[in-house]
Amino acid sequence: MKKIINNPDKVVQEMLEGFLDAYGSVYKKTPNENGIYIENEKKQVAIVTGGGSGHEPLFFGFVGEGLAMGAAVGNVFSAPTPNTIIEVTKAVDAGKGVLYIYGNYSGDILNFDMATELAEYEDIQIKTVLVNDDIASASKEEAHNRRGIAGDVFVLKVAGAAAAEGLPLEKVADIAQKAADATRSIGVALSPGSIPSTGRYTFEIAEDEIEFGMGIHGESGIRTEKFMEADELTQIMMQYIFDDFEINEGEEVCVLVNGLGSTTLMELFIVNRKVTEILLNKGIKVHHADVNNYCTTQEMAGFSITLMKVDRELKTYYDKPAYSPYYFKRG
Amino acid sequence: MTNQINNVSSILTVAQVNDMFIYVGEKVIEAKAWLTDIDCAIGDGDHGIGMEVGFKHALEKLKANNYDKINDVFAEIGKAMIGNMGGASGVLFGTLFLSGVKGLEKIEQLDVAILGTIFGNGLLGVQSRGKAEVGDKTMIDALSPAVDALREANKNQLGLVATFTNATKAAKQGVENSKALVAKFGRAKSLGERAIGHQDAGATTISIIFESMQNYVVELENKGELLNA
Repeated sequence: MKKIINNPDKVVQEMLEGFLDAYGSVYKKTPNENGIYIENEKKQVAIVTGGGSGHEPLFFGFVGEGLAMGAAVGNVFSAPTPNTIIEVTKAVDAGKGVLYIYGNYSGDILNFDMATELAEYEDIQIKTVLVNDDIASASKEEAHNRRGIAGDVFVLKVAGAAAAEGLPLEKVADIAQKAADATRSIGVALSPGSIPSTGRYTFEIAEDEIEFGMGIHGESGIRTEKFMEADELTQIMMQYIFDDFEINEGEEVCVLVNGLGSTTLMELFIVNRKVTEILLNKGIKVHHADVNNYCTTQEMAGFSITLMKVDRELKTYYDKPAYSPYYFKRG
Repeated sequence: MTNQINNVSSILTVAQVNDMFIYVGEKVIEAKAWLTDIDCAIGDGDHGIGMEVGFKHALEKLKANNYDKINDVFAEIGKAMIGNMGGASGVLFGTLFLSGVKGLEKIEQLDVAILGTIFGNGLLGVQSRGKAEVGDKTMIDALSPAVDALREANKNQLGLVATFTNATKAAKQGVENSKALVAKFGRAKSLGERAIGHQDAGATTISIIFESMQNYVVELENKGELLNA
């Protein structure tokens, strides 16, 4: 496996150093921990996100104007430590409280919950919204067990806008939860990603096969299928979402077609073309579509489709401007 | 004096406990590739890396300090894990060591009784944080039977060598049992039945920790350095 790294034990540190070399005029790093943040100049509710490294630009790429204000950066595919989370929390809290938004994984929950306990000692008010958009990871009845994948992007976008409007913590958390509840995703994997520090692939998949619903660390999905062309694949994935989540004619959705790392934009646009066609044929309006690589798994090939069903309130916050070097939205 | 009575009062000094965990840490670090294999099968493959990170930081502290109580050895390992590993295992393994000695008075000698207390407290701490029970395919599947073995050994007045031998056997049996289980926690839980046949990585690490402690005290005994109280 060819990988452009130096010391395998220092990939996270050197990644953040390089990020700050590029964007250090805007971003700061907590001195002793891998926390990335921006100054809370408006003294608003601050959103802190985080998770394992290896999913760039998630999570620190979503720190910016109208987005999260800080990110706790973990080791590769590992939740950040409580120390990292509390340091970034202290750096961004302006007395209005902090909302934690992250994917529903045991490790992240344990570490963010420990950080929440530490925040109590600092008199910082914390609320938490978990993103659990991956319909492949558990049944509808067990939806609380579902993993968070690219849906993080929509939840952070909407919550970030609500926080930037100056809303109180309780209200920002409610809106974030509403966005999370309205979001569903499903992904497919064509080839595995790798762990830089071991130089190994995280799983195996046959050359002529495709895995439906595989998680962003290589957790198994719903079923393995023979490789198929884009339209058929997209059709099947969309059907999974429709089976899970009622979207009626006349309703509106935001769409995200997210690449996992080594699938090209060319392929993602071909998928988006079919997603749009399927939605329009059902009389569902696309409020906004985004095609990008936001939630990746090193060089994993594959993509996910995310739909967020939007009403007037969610659209209001979704449409506000936002900016980071890896995500931007015109108002 | 029979061997049994000789065993009853065997103890480890603070320096020996410190040494023992340096040895344990090195053994866990050596097992990195194996733990990675196990975790790749049903998790995301980072368990070995995480344990290496945690123990590397712990070993730095253990090698640099002269502790005057055993509580500090455990607490230092726990803090190093929580502070540096990340992931679920950082919090859970860190909690095992940290809550093991939380609230205990100064311990200057490790005997079988206090061993049961420490790991018993550790088990409770891990369970109250992680919410897992025996049968959920987690570290608890090895830790809980090992703790039972420690308590049983104390009741039967066994020495440290026999105690660690029994606890290791129990932990390894727990690892074996974990193969038949469906996971309720962690990334393996989305696998359902497909997790069956694979052992849990966290439970495996617990068995490595106990086996390393066993090896350490056996070696002490062989060298005639295992002390009596």
